[in-house]
Order: sequence, then C-alpha cells, then structure tokens
Amino acid sequence: MNPVVALGGLGRAVLTLFANFGKVAIFALDAISHIFRPPYYPREFAVALMNIGWLSLPVVGLTAIFTGGALALQIYAGGARFNAEAVVPQIVAIGMVRELGPVLVGLMIAARVTSSIAAEIATMKVTEQIDALVTLSTHPMKYLTAPRVLAALITVPLLVGIGDIIGIAGGYVVATQNLGFNAATYLQNTVNFLETKDIVSSLVKGAAFGLIAAIMGCYYGMNSGRGAQGVGRATKSSVESAAIMILAANFILTGVFFSV
Amino acid sequence: MIRMENVTKAFGDNQVLQGTSLEIPKGTSMVIIGGSGTGKSVALKCILGLIKPDSGMIYVDGKDAAKGDRDKFLARFGMLFQGAALFDSLPVWQNVSFRLLRGPLKRPAEYAREIAIEKLRRVGLKSDVADRFPSELSGGMQKRVGLARAIAAEPEIIFFDEPTTGLDPIMSGVINDLIREIVTEMGATAMTITHDMSSVRAIADNVAMLHGGVIQWTGPVNQMDASGDPYVEQFISGSAEGPIEAVR
Repeated sequence: MNPVVALGGLGRAVLTLFANFGKVAIFALDAISHIFRPPYYPREFAVALMNIGWLSLPVVGLTAIFTGGALALQIYAGGARFNAEAVVPQIVAIGMVRELGPVLVGLMIAARVTSSIAAEIATMKVTEQIDALVTLSTHPMKYLTAPRVLAALITVPLLVGIGDIIGIAGGYVVATQNLGFNAATYLQNTVNFLETKDIVSSLVKGAAFGLIAAIMGCYYGMNSGRGAQGVGRATKSSVESAAIMILAANFILTGVFFSV
Repeated sequence: MIRMENVTKAFGDNQVLQGTSLEIPKGTSMVIIGGSGTGKSVALKCILGLIKPDSGMIYVDGKDAAKGDRDKFLARFGMLFQGAALFDSLPVWQNVSFRLLRGPLKRPAEYAREIAIEKLRRVGLKSDVADRFPSELSGGMQKRVGLARAIAAEPEIIFFDEPTTGLDPIMSGVINDLIREIVTEMGATAMTITHDMSSVRAIADNVAMLHGGVIQWTGPVNQMDASGDPYVEQFISGSAEGPIEAVR
C-alpha cells in the first residue's frame, strides 16, 4: 500500500476522532447548562430517577454480590500460595470500593441505562417526536436530556455505594460460610482497613460514570440515523462509547486519587 | 401571511430545495403537492425552523421567521405530523394538552384535562380515549389525537404533513372533513402536504406543485384541473408518462 495513502487514512481517522470528541464535549456542556436553566420538568426528572436509580438496583445488587463472593474466593486461593489468606477482608473491601464496585456498576449502567436512553430518544427522533416537542415550544435538551443527566449524576454514586456494600457483603458471606473466617473479625478488619479517601473516590467515580452513561445515551439518541437501522446503530455506539469512556475515566480518576 | 423567497436546502449532494418561493395568504388553506422526496416536508420544516435553510428568506406576517422570540413564534403554530408523533410515554389527554401541563403556559392538571377532552370531542373521539396510551389506538385515532393536539392551543397557523397517509378511504375522508371544518371554524392559515388528490380537493383553497426543488405551478384549487401545467396534469392523472420521471 502507498504509505502516503495509508498516512492520509490515519490522519482522517484521527481528525474524525477529535471532531467526535469535540461534538460530544459541546453536547455535554450544553446538556449540563440546561440543568441550571428554567423551565424545569420535575415529572420527567422523577421518572428518570426511578428508571436510572431504583430500577437498576436488582442488576447492580446481583452483579456486586457475585463479584464480592468470587473476589473472596480468588484472594483466598491466591493468598494461600504465600500464607496470606488472612488478607481476604481487607483486599475484598479495597478491591470492591476502589475499583470493582464503581467500574462494574458503571458498566452495568452503560448496558442498562445508556442503551435504554439511546434507543428511546433515537426512536423519538425517527418518529418525529423530537420535532413535535420543538413545535410545542419544548426544548428537547431541557425536556429529554437535562432530567436524565441530573438523575444519573445523583443516582449512580448512590448505586455505587450500595454496590460496594453488597459486594463486601458477598465476600463476607463466602468468607464466613466457606472459608472459615470469624464473622466479627472479618467485619472489624474491613471497617478498620477502609479509609475515607477510598469511599470518596468510589462515589466520585460513580458520579463521573453516571454523567458519562447519560450523556452518551442522549448524544447518540439525538444524533441517530433514520429507521430501525439508525436506532440500532445509535444504541450500539452509545453503549460502546460509554463503556470505553467509563474505563478511561476510571484510569484517570484512579491516578488522581491514588497516584504515589 | 407566510412568504418563502428563494429558499434553498441541500443534504450533502442532494439539492432538495433549489430556490423555492411561495406565498400563503392569511386565513387561507394552501396544499403543496409533489412526488416523494421532492422537499415538501423540508419546506414545511424550514418555515418552522426545524431545518435551517442554506439560503433564502422566510417571512411570517412580514417578519423574518429566523429572528425574534422562538417560543412566541412557535406558539402561533400547530402541527399534525405524518405519523402523528404522539409521545408514547404519555396518555392521550396529556399528549393533547402537552403545552398546558409544563413550561411557561402551565395550567392546573384538571383544567388541562378538560381542554384535552373538549378537543378530543371536537375531532370525534369519546372522553374514554383520554386515559389510553397512543399504542392502544388505531392509526386513524392517532391522527385524530394528533389533530386535537395541533389545535389545542388555538394556533393561528396549522401545518398538516401527509394527514391521510396510511388511512383507509373512509377515515381519510373523515380526517379531510375535520381539517376543512377546523381550519374554517378557527380562521387559521393552513399549509398541508399531501399526495392524496381527494385531500387536495377537500382541504385546499390554493394548490402549489413542488418539483425539482421549485414551485412549478400555484393557483386556486378550482383552476388546478385546467392549469395547463404538465407537472400538475401528470400528477393529477397519475400517469407514468410526462415530465416527472417515474424512476427516481
């Protein structure tokens, strides 16, 4: 292949990537600004709180409890190789609160909420419901985007907190029932080991991931192509982008909180 | 009065409007006819500001439609969309009184519901439809709900985008009659896009033929059959022979 052509292709791809980042950033700033500017839509906000927060609890809870349990088993088996089985409570706590809790909840929210937001808004666009909103003097960013972004910003940190607790509980059940740990000692070690900074980092990550999940769902929904294929593409792209951005944001935030 | 002056709009390489000019006098009903993909809906959306024209001017009552208070401007319009565009998550009555339930025009829910039921009655629907969701209604009922929503705020200008598409001839006749009655009763300026010649004859005071991105002919509906315009004649006869290519 001609190297100039290959380089040109690479350049175009990089430019497209930066252009897309720019579009998402402008959309995100616009969406956030609409949270603070009237008119407000409390009913839509309440529905979004319910959909994003309350209805995500089962999937978050199940993900966290199985992950916490599996983590306890892995740490016990790994620790046994150098007689360090006793660190199970501490590592489960730090692993769940600092990393696995926020990341897994973030990814589950991307799968459940981002996809749902993107598909709903994209369908509204394809069926001219967004145009109908405009003709009814209702700004789609205020009516559709702002309530969802605000609801995700509030509920995802709470879900992360709940996921952390349930994950630790999963590790506790496995450790005390299968691995012979004393219940009181396990809890004492968990509580003593965790620092405020661990919990704060977990909640901050939750807020960032919630913001990303809602913004990506709304962005791809609003910019969907025509027809069923357009809705499908918007949904797929929203989940892919949200998942990658959540993992990237996790890396950056971990560096910010815990870099030595 | 609505006036379009040399409006152009392209989507990529596809030049949809190529200098469209049209006047719709106040209180009259204009029907725009033309083949699929000739830019009828684009013209309508340009007037509403849903699509920004590449060039040209649009005036409503002599004022530039692109300038001024957007909410006030849109408050003058009602629109019936091709697929009705009802909000799936809201019951029928909340769809109809959407403007009265939120934002700056917010009114008490009981009042908004009364208005919604009154408008539903006006389009021939019973009050028990009010609490149903759009997905529970037939296509014809959805169009009527869309019509009720379009007239709920008593707009001065009403747009109808393909009001009878997908409906059987009887329901099409009912919708056409309703549109004619409501427009006359309200004294509104109406603009309708349709392929359906029975709708044209039922709704129109004036007709405009859009083809190739420009208005090929415009005149009163009673002169349409004797227009002498080859585009209009081919469109009315439905013939494959003529200046409008059958394969597009």
